[in-house]
Amino acid sequence: MAENKKKPKLTTPLESIIESLFRFFDNKVYRYTALFAASGFLLILPSLSSRFTQEIMTNLFFYVVVCLGLNIIIGYAGLLHLGYAAFFAVGAYTTGIMSSRFGIDFWLTLPFSVVAAVLAGLAIGFPTLRLRGDYLAIVTLGFGEITRLTIRNLDITGGAVGLIGIQRPVFFGITLNQISHFYYMFFILAILAIFVSYRLHDSRMGRAWEYIREDEDAAAAMGINVTTSRLYAFIIGSSFGAVAGSFFAAKMTAISPDSFMFIHSVMFLMAVVLGGMGKIPGVVLGCIIVVLIPEISRDIGQYRLLIFAFMLLIIMLYRPQGIWPDRPTISAKE
Amino acid sequence: MALHEVLLQQLFNGLLIGSFYGLVAIGYSMVYGIIKLLNFAHGDIYMIGAFSGLIFLTIAAPVIGAGWPSLILGLLISMTLVGLLGVVIQRVAYRPMLKAPRLSILITALAVSMILYNTVMIISAGRYRVFPAEVGTESFFIGTLRLTETRIILIVAAFSLMFILHMFITRTMYGKAMRAIALDRDTCQLMGIDVYKIIAITFFVGSALAAAAGIMAGVYYGTIHFFMGFLIGLKAFTAAVIGGIGIIPGAMLGGLLLGLLEAFGTQIPFIGTVWKDVFSFAFLILFLIFKPNGLLGRSESERM
Repeated sequence: MAENKKKPKLTTPLESIIESLFRFFDNKVYRYTALFAASGFLLILPSLSSRFTQEIMTNLFFYVVVCLGLNIIIGYAGLLHLGYAAFFAVGAYTTGIMSSRFGIDFWLTLPFSVVAAVLAGLAIGFPTLRLRGDYLAIVTLGFGEITRLTIRNLDITGGAVGLIGIQRPVFFGITLNQISHFYYMFFILAILAIFVSYRLHDSRMGRAWEYIREDEDAAAAMGINVTTSRLYAFIIGSSFGAVAGSFFAAKMTAISPDSFMFIHSVMFLMAVVLGGMGKIPGVVLGCIIVVLIPEISRDIGQYRLLIFAFMLLIIMLYRPQGIWPDRPTISAKE
Repeated sequence: MALHEVLLQQLFNGLLIGSFYGLVAIGYSMVYGIIKLLNFAHGDIYMIGAFSGLIFLTIAAPVIGAGWPSLILGLLISMTLVGLLGVVIQRVAYRPMLKAPRLSILITALAVSMILYNTVMIISAGRYRVFPAEVGTESFFIGTLRLTETRIILIVAAFSLMFILHMFITRTMYGKAMRAIALDRDTCQLMGIDVYKIIAITFFVGSALAAAAGIMAGVYYGTIHFFMGFLIGLKAFTAAVIGGIGIIPGAMLGGLLLGLLEAFGTQIPFIGTVWKDVFSFAFLILFLIFKPNGLLGRSESERM
């Protein structure tokens, strides 16, 4: 169905302010200056700030890694994933079980956690994606719930109590056990995730995803294997989540099923959708909003999800491209 | 109890639970058939139905009691109100998105679902609430089958609703229009069918049935909870897929079948009640692999 929406462009004052703010970053000089200033600031931040700030910032970097993975699935391939916390759990529990039960070194568990995520991704993605893209949404929703139930009821995962005694990673002889260590570790991971996301976006695969997202039939007619490409997006994105889960397990040293609830999947989704699906700065902005808003105003408590849900609805109705969307290149505009 | 007696009992339980699944699955399947939307909020509509039944009974109990007459009155009023809620949701959230990319409308549906259950969570303080129906719980036996008056009335009511819906879909102009829109929306519009009105009616009927299922579940289980719609939403999707999504008799059949599968599944030693939901999810995956068009679906590939 190629029904193009031809709506007159409505620009509210708020939108034009946002636009002009972002247009500022279109200039390369400004953009790189801002980027370097920001990275420099983030590098020296741990020596300036309290543990509390470092904890929040570490959480933010962690969100960036996870949400960039989710962005591959949602933003690049246009598939809705509602059980991302489950893949995150797959990674965390793979590392957790290998480390706490068998004493295997943290770094050696990483490949296994990726393999586990790929297998889970295939089991869910293969039957679903060859049918309809939107079946994936509800099947992943179900998978999220099933994974939580499974880790709650198995013995090897420690049941409802979870796993304790996951070993800290050792990095060139340094055992990572301070919050500042984890701050830098997740900072590096976030940079890595941003880099990989950019490379994927510009790759042949990335272009195929974009094509499928915009027009599935035309893409198929051009010889792109729609199912396979989607499956790649789903599996690569899921592996991102699993790796982040492994690092999460190493940081916390204890994990329980409560860390992998539906609400976590929703928070990741919020971050991706809010900022702008498909665009890396947009996703980073979304993560900042999702991580910082609850920290700033702790008293909203039980209303937090309700507020986020309304934000999601309003964004979808009035600004579906997100706050900081992907700006189409000139040739793609009309 | 001998094995065949257990199985007979589970057959009855399965049909009862399955009829709840079926009633919810019908709305799910109807909406999917007509606008190709996986309505995540449908399970929450079921939950809202249960809570509106609770509110009605709480208000009506001092006046007309909480027995069957007021329960039936409450059922009808709740079905109407929740049906209207479905229409409002459709008008506010889904209709502006009908021509937007699929991803947007899916996220909208998720947002609506979250708004519904979080609102109820805040109002109900997140606690289990006792459903205040005062109906017979004394059991009697037919052979070895243990029954209660409540269970019999519930199962009869559920099947009657399905029958009424079936008549509505097959014998009225509105039902005909719904089936036509499911086939080809654009052509229907050219033929002078008020497509938006029919979509609104679909949402009304689907939501009303889900509300009815919610109230019946309240009577059956005795307690209700703001998150009760989450799992049944998944189950309803599974039921719809088993029967063939978009096909209304399929949704009823799928619901009953899923209810039976679960009831018998809990009797298998390794599965038990703990793994019940995992079991039905496995069935969903199996159906998606081997029979993606469902039991009643035609096996032609989809054309855009």
